[in-house]
Order: sequence, then structure tokens, then C-alpha cells
Amino acid sequence: MAEHSDPRDEVVEHLSAMRAFAMSLTRNSALADDMVQDALVKAWSKIDSYQPGTNMRAWLFTILRNTYYSHHRKARREVADVDGEMAAALSQKPDHDGRLQMRDFNHAFEQLKDEQREALILVGAGGFSYEEAAQTCGVAIGTIKSRVNRARKQLVELLQMSDDEVLEATDVVTTTIVSDNKNVA
Amino acid sequence: MTQDRRNSNLEEAIEANLKRVYEDVANQDVPDRFKDLLNKLRESEQTEKTEPENNDG
Repeated sequence: MAEHSDPRDEVVEHLSAMRAFAMSLTRNSALADDMVQDALVKAWSKIDSYQPGTNMRAWLFTILRNTYYSHHRKARREVADVDGEMAAALSQKPDHDGRLQMRDFNHAFEQLKDEQREALILVGAGGFSYEEAAQTCGVAIGTIKSRVNRARKQLVELLQMSDDEVLEATDVVTTTIVSDNKNVA
Repeated sequence: MTQDRRNSNLEEAIEANLKRVYEDVANQDVPDRFKDLLNKLRESEQTEKTEPENNDG
């Protein structure tokens, strides 16, 4: 074990998670990477505010989200949703087993409020406990819980709507195929 | 399909897609620019060690 280890040596281990969290917030890869870069510079200069032995990922995510709210949130609204458009262009036709389409999910996910989206991604994908997420976002645990619950509920509502559309579209396709077959026969 | 059944399928799909959104990026190789940046920060610090800066953003 190294004595006098520099906590900054550990930052590199969190780079991929930082990019994932930044991408979840901005939904734009160029903006996400700019944000990670800014956050790294800031983390480097503020390393004294990190207490060794505590959760470094939570500490880095706090800096990242502060960067987002102070600089990048506005930029996010101004840039075209290139990634989303690309994803939509690349997305496949609806699955007939009713599996939720990534495109529909992304679309619904982007409609969540920033505060809901970050809480949901931290807890639902980032492996953060409610307590760690609360600490990262600088709010009470109860606030995180209610943001996560509301976010889930809203996603269900948004996706139920698009699910209905997909089902209707599928019905139309099926009917057409059936009637085509009839014509052939 | 009952509404309940449909909702629980939807909830499972939401959890799975949530993880996918995050993990798709988390599993990517980190672009060199970030490791380069960390190296640069370290180097610039070593050259500026005589003149410590105090930035609290």
C-alpha cells in the first residue's frame, strides 16, 4: 500500500463513469465530453476539498453536475439534437414482441426534468444509493426518492403513449400483410 | 394483456434501458484526450510547484 498516495491518481478510474453521467445529463456526446474536461480541470484544482477515503465518484459527479448547471445546461438547449436524430435514423423498425424501443425511451428520457433525470440515472444505472445520490446532488434523501419516483412514473406515462402508437402501427402492418396474403392466395 | 401486466413489462424495460443509456457510454474506451489532459495537469503542476495557486471555483 502506498503511503502518501495522491487521490488525483484515482481520478482516471472514474473517467468512463464521468462520461456516462455527463452523457445522461446533456444527451449530446460533444457537450458531454467538454463538460467532463471542464470538471476534470476543476477537480484537479480543488482536490483539497476531497476527503481521502470517501466516495471519489460521488465527489467527481458533484463537480460534473455543478459544471452542467452553471455552464452547459444552456448550451444543451441551443445545440441541435444531433445524437438523437442519428439514433432515430439508425433505429430499427418496431419489434413485434412489444419490446421497448431505445428511440422511444431516449425521447421520453430527454423530456424529464434535469433534476429527475440525474436522480434516476444515479440510482437506476450508476449504482448510487439514495444517500450517495442525495449527497451528490446536495439535497435530502427524501428529495432524491421523490425525484426518482416521479421520473419513473413520468417515463411510464410517456412510454405508454408511444407504446400505444407502436401497437397501432403494428396492427396496421399486420392487417396489410394478412390482406396481401389473401390477395396472393 | 392486462394493464398491470403491461405496466410491469414497461417498468422492467425502463430499468433495462436506463442501464443501457449509461453503460453504453461507460463501457466505451475513454478517448485519449482525457488521459492526456490529466497528464498535462500533472506536468503543469510540477513546473508551477514553487508558486501554489489557490482557486476555489
